[in-house]
Amino acid sequence: MRILVVEDDLEAQRYLVQGLKESGHVVDEAADGDTGLSLALSRPYDVAVIDRMLPGLDGLKVVAEMREHGNSTPVLFLSALSEVDDRVKGLKAGGDDYLTKPYAFVELLARIDALVRRRAPAGVRTRLDVGDLELDLLSRAAKRSGTDIELQPREFRLLEYLMRHAGQVVTRTMLLESVWEYHFDPQTNVIDVHISRLRAKIDKGFEAPLLHTVRGAGYMIRAH
Amino acid sequence: MRTKPGIFRTQAFRIVLAYVLLFAFSVTALLFFTYWNTRRTLDAQTDQIIEAEITGLSEEYRHFGLQGVAETLRAQSLHSNQSLYLLTDALHHSVAGNLDSWPQISGGAGEMVEFDFERPIDGKMEARRARGRVFELPGGFVLLVAQDVHDRYLTERMFTTTLPWTVLLILVLGAAGGALMSRNMLRRLDTINRTSGEIIAGDLTRRVPLNGSGDEFDVLAENLNRMLDRIERLMKGLREVTDSVAHDLRTPLNRLRNRLEESVARLNASGAPKSEMMADEIERAIAETDKLIATFNALLLIAETDAGTTRAAMSALDLGSVAADVVELYEPLAEERKISLALVPDAGVAVEGNRSLIAQALANLVDNAIKYTPAGGTVRIRAANTNAGMELSVADSGPGIPPADRPRVTERFVRLEASRSSPGTGLGLSLVMAVAHFHRAELVLEDNVPAGLKAVLRFPRSAVRSLPGAPLKNAAE
Repeated sequence: MRILVVEDDLEAQRYLVQGLKESGHVVDEAADGDTGLSLALSRPYDVAVIDRMLPGLDGLKVVAEMREHGNSTPVLFLSALSEVDDRVKGLKAGGDDYLTKPYAFVELLARIDALVRRRAPAGVRTRLDVGDLELDLLSRAAKRSGTDIELQPREFRLLEYLMRHAGQVVTRTMLLESVWEYHFDPQTNVIDVHISRLRAKIDKGFEAPLLHTVRGAGYMIRAH
Repeated sequence: MRTKPGIFRTQAFRIVLAYVLLFAFSVTALLFFTYWNTRRTLDAQTDQIIEAEITGLSEEYRHFGLQGVAETLRAQSLHSNQSLYLLTDALHHSVAGNLDSWPQISGGAGEMVEFDFERPIDGKMEARRARGRVFELPGGFVLLVAQDVHDRYLTERMFTTTLPWTVLLILVLGAAGGALMSRNMLRRLDTINRTSGEIIAGDLTRRVPLNGSGDEFDVLAENLNRMLDRIERLMKGLREVTDSVAHDLRTPLNRLRNRLEESVARLNASGAPKSEMMADEIERAIAETDKLIATFNALLLIAETDAGTTRAAMSALDLGSVAADVVELYEPLAEERKISLALVPDAGVAVEGNRSLIAQALANLVDNAIKYTPAGGTVRIRAANTNAGMELSVADSGPGIPPADRPRVTERFVRLEASRSSPGTGLGLSLVMAVAHFHRAELVLEDNVPAGLKAVLRFPRSAVRSLPGAPLKNAAE
């Protein structure tokens, strides 16, 4: 994957670039908005990671310019501003996701993955499959090996999100944000309990588990 | 804040009342002394006159016998107004004198007595008072020599009837003056009390107003204000230190976390012996770092919310649906802990607020409730439209918080002895408090019935909004 990193804090930039490279990505970096914008417009990238506060052209403007030039590379904003409104502004300016510093690297990787994959499958899907687990998005029914699985509405949304990102790490924060639309971390890890409930419904009684815990990162649904 | 004392319970009123009582007592004593002294002097004068007349009459008796006395009495009666005489025989028949009949006299012969009699004044009979002495003469004759003291008697009567009224008047006027004075003082103290109350309620920016007279109340207010300035400065300093520590430590903490993550990645990639064990250790260090970062994030969020610098957007939102979402989020956790989580929603409980902040505050309250409620207990969440305002409440059947500790638990990092062993940053309630402040709502911690704690977020009536498309019923047409 080709990734553009625009970050003015050089220590953070070094860490980010190194981490991404170690994960097997090709990375270009810029330390200010103008350089970042010209890179984004001159080379094709799968995803751009852009700090919101940049010297010169700030992150919001960089993305706005990109969009104006018809560039639709997915953008992940990094920001020290954690408030919901800042997030809304970032997304309105054309950003696709928003990650607050400090963040865990796995969180960043998971989100980059999600952004790139989200773009890939064109067309509307009415059915999701992972192994022998099927999710019908129209009738809102779940089946595993032909057996119906009863799901609460929220469980359905949780499973749908996991299955849309099958094979990818999905963090707890991503789940809270997309399934519950909460942008804060509860004191107790309530997501784990929701997951174990869901796991009891889809994996219990079946030989091969589909829903896996990725240590130190989150969860992943995948068929063996 | 203690309730305002009634005017009659104020110190000022009590002091004035004590003074008035003392004053009334002194005046009464003084008047009585004057009265007693005057009367004694007047009586002494009267007695002297009577003595002199008796001396004269006894001279007469010695020289001319009873007949002589009777003659003298008849002569003196003709031109005397003040002096009264009566000489009678053993059967009380008048022999001589200017009294028509023997008056009612209690007391024996030879001593000074007072008695009432009647005599014509300007042609009319009038009851009057006299003071005199009775003598028994040989042969059963009785002589009464007296002075008309009716004027003295009238003065005396006037004095005894007016005195109680005078004392009563002193008391009434004194009490009224006292009440007026205490009311004035009370009003000044009231401003100080009210300001203190507001400060206790959390608004440290309030100051006691001065009235510019420079009196002792102004001096007191000025001193209080100076003390408050100092407290505010200290508290602000403390908060700034925590905030800047949180802010400045967040970046290095983040780097530390990054380094640790890198190390784990390298270790796992190297496949060196024992690398898995070391990676485990580092993972644990990462988890600790995450806890620290979470604490600092919470601190910064509290600081921003508290300072009102947050740019959180306000919108009309239904507290019932906020509560329903949070309950839905926590329901599996409650079930796992064998706690029944109940939602009691009222319809149309809408306020102007920030959904994310309110949800987070409520989540913290529910989180706490579940944490401290033993298995088998209940946690009841309610959105209600009450007289006091719109309320979001979380009531649990846990051990509760002793009333004395309640003001403390909303302070940052304060964790009660009983909860030290359970996980948590000690910032949960501080954030709830900050969110409440931000919405001008109040956080009330009270006893739940029959047991446990009830935490209420009460939004003021001014925050009440109708939801789009669902106008409040009581809204004016």
